[in-house]
Amino acid sequence: MTSSALLDSRRVGRWALNGAAGLALAVILTPLVFVTWLAFFRQEIPSFPPEGYSLRWFAAIADEKKFVDGFSLSLQLGVMATLIGLALGVPAALCVVRFRFPGREALGSLLLLPLMVPGVVLGTSMYVFHVEAENALDVDVLGTFWALLAGHVIIVIPWVVRLVMASLAGFDRTIEEAAHNLGANPVTTFFRVTLPMIRPGIVAAGLFGFVTSFGNLEMSLFLVGPGRTTLPIAILQYLEWRIDPTIAAVSVLQILLIGGAMLVTDRFVKISRVV
Amino acid sequence: MARLRLDHVSKRYGDFHAVRDVTLDVADGEFVVLLGPSGCGKTTTLRMIAGFITPTAGGVHLADREVTGLPPWKRNAGMVFQSYALFPHLSVAQNVAFGLEMRRLAKADITTRVAEALKLVRLDHLAGRLPRQLSGGQQQRVALARALAIRPDVLLLDEPLSNLDAKLRQEVRVEIRELQRQLGLTTVMVTHDQEEALTMADRLVVMNEGSVRQIGGQRDLYERPADRFVAGFVGRGMFLTGRVEAPGRFRTEGGLALACDGGASGPAVLALRPERLEIGPAPLSGLDNSLPGTVEFISYLGAASDVHVRLSPSDRVIVQVANRGGDAAPEIGATVHVGWPATAGRLFAPGGDPPSL
Repeated sequence: MTSSALLDSRRVGRWALNGAAGLALAVILTPLVFVTWLAFFRQEIPSFPPEGYSLRWFAAIADEKKFVDGFSLSLQLGVMATLIGLALGVPAALCVVRFRFPGREALGSLLLLPLMVPGVVLGTSMYVFHVEAENALDVDVLGTFWALLAGHVIIVIPWVVRLVMASLAGFDRTIEEAAHNLGANPVTTFFRVTLPMIRPGIVAAGLFGFVTSFGNLEMSLFLVGPGRTTLPIAILQYLEWRIDPTIAAVSVLQILLIGGAMLVTDRFVKISRVV
Repeated sequence: MARLRLDHVSKRYGDFHAVRDVTLDVADGEFVVLLGPSGCGKTTTLRMIAGFITPTAGGVHLADREVTGLPPWKRNAGMVFQSYALFPHLSVAQNVAFGLEMRRLAKADITTRVAEALKLVRLDHLAGRLPRQLSGGQQQRVALARALAIRPDVLLLDEPLSNLDAKLRQEVRVEIRELQRQLGLTTVMVTHDQEEALTMADRLVVMNEGSVRQIGGQRDLYERPADRFVAGFVGRGMFLTGRVEAPGRFRTEGGLALACDGGASGPAVLALRPERLEIGPAPLSGLDNSLPGTVEFISYLGAASDVHVRLSPSDRVIVQVANRGGDAAPEIGATVHVGWPATAGRLFAPGGDPPSL
C-alpha cells in the first residue's frame, strides 16, 4: 500500500468512527431535544409545527401539587437512600475486596444482584415482604416512608459496591504500609489515606445512586402509600389523563437537575475515570 | 543514633522457611546491605525489621528496645519502598509532613522539618507538586525525604533503585550513600544487584534460601567466600569439580592435575575467577598451573574480553583478558595456555548451589 492510500484508509476509518459516535449521540440526545422543545410550546395538545412559544407550562408545574410533593419526596428519598447506601455499601465493598473468607465471591455477586433483577420483580417481592412483616410485627410497614426508603437503599447499594470495588481493585496496598511505617495506625490510615484515595469512586457512586433512586419508577409503584407519590409516579399518573406539555417541562427540570449534579461532581472527580 | 539487632530471627509459613535463624548486628551509622537472589528471604527480613511481618521465632531490637511484637506504627523505622508508595492525593510537602503529623509535632516544627528534608534531597522547589507530576527519580527522592523527615532509628531501603534507569541508578547510589554518611544514618538496604551492593555497603549480608551465607566487607566476600554460593554470587566464579588427592593436589573429573592451596583429601570443587587467570601463546612460567587448551568462544565486552578455553573434555574455563589495544587477541580454535597460581583457586565442599555465572 502506498503511503497516501494508507493515509486515505486511515481518514476513512476516522470518519466511520466519528460517524458511529455521532449516530449514537443522536439516538441518545434526540428525545431530550424534543422534550425540551415541547416544553416551550404554547398550545395544549402537542402538534407540529408549534403555534407559538411560552413558559406557561413551567409555571403550571408549581400549580400541580402532585409534582411539587413528588419532587420533594423523590429528593428526600434520593439523598437519604444515597447516604445510607454509601454508609452500607462502602464497608461492604471493602470487606469483599480486602478480606478472604468463605462465600466472599458469592457475597460480591449478591450485592450487585438488585441491579439485575427487574424493578417489577423487586417491587412485587418487597410488597409481599412488607405485608408479611406487617402481619408478623403488628406495626405499619406497607406504604410507609421508611419502607419506601429501604427499597431505594437496596437499589442504590449495587452502584456503590460496584464503583467502590472498581476503585479498590487497582489500589496499591504498599501505600497503606507506607502510612503504617510513618506512624499511622489502621484507623488513621483508613481516614487519611485509603478513603481519600477511593474518593472519586465514592463520589461517583453517590451520584449514580442518587440518579437511580430519583428516577426509579417500577419498584416505587409497589411501595408508595396513599398520598405519597414520587416524581416519576406523579408524572405517570398525570400522563394517564392529560398529555399537555407540563410533563415535558417537568422532564426538562429533571434533566437540568441531573445534568447539573453531574457537572458539579465532575469538577471534583473525573467521572469518566471511574465509571 | 540507634542500633539494630536481629537475634536468631526466623519466619516460617507452614513448611516453608522464608527466613532461618538470622542474627545480625548493625552498628550506629552503618550501611548494611542484604544481598541475595529473589526468594532468598532478604525482603522478609527487612519487613520483619519494619514490623510488617512478625517473626515466628527470635527477636528484633531497635534502639535498645525490643520491638519484635510491635506493629509498624509503633516503631521508628523509615522505609523507602520499591514502588515508592507515595500518597497520590497529597502534595510532596504533605507526603513528607505525614509522619511528622502522626508524631503530633507543632505546625511550625513540621514546616521546618519538611523544608529541611526536601532540601536534603534537593526538591524544595517542587514542594507543592503532586507525586504524579514528578519523574521517577524525583518520586524516589520524595520517598527518601519522607522516610528521613521522621528521623528514623533505622532507614530501610527495599530495592530503592530498581525502578530507575541505569544511568540515574549510578548517580542515586552515590547520592544516597553520601547522604547516609553525612547524616550518620543506620541503614539496611535490600538488593539483588551485587554491583549496587558492593558500591554502597559498609558490610554485606549474603543470603540464600532463607539463611545468611556470609556477612562481611566487600573484600572478605570476594577474596574469602565462605561457600560455593557466595563465590558464585559475589563476583564471577567458575567451578571445576573433582577431588583433592593430597593437600595441594587437585584432580578434576576431566583428569587434569592441578596445584591447589591446601585442602583435605576427598571430593571437592575448585573455584576460580576469570580475572585471576592468565593466558598466553606458550606455557606460562612462574605459575603453579599452566595448561594447554583450545579457544572455543570469545565475547568482546569493550574493556575486556571473555575467552572460553577448553582444557579437557569436561573442563572449560573463562579467562578475562583486558583489551589494551594492539594486543593480538586469541582466535577461536587457537591453542593457548592458561595459567594461575595455586592461591588463586579456592576449594569448597561439593554439592550446594550451581554457580551463577
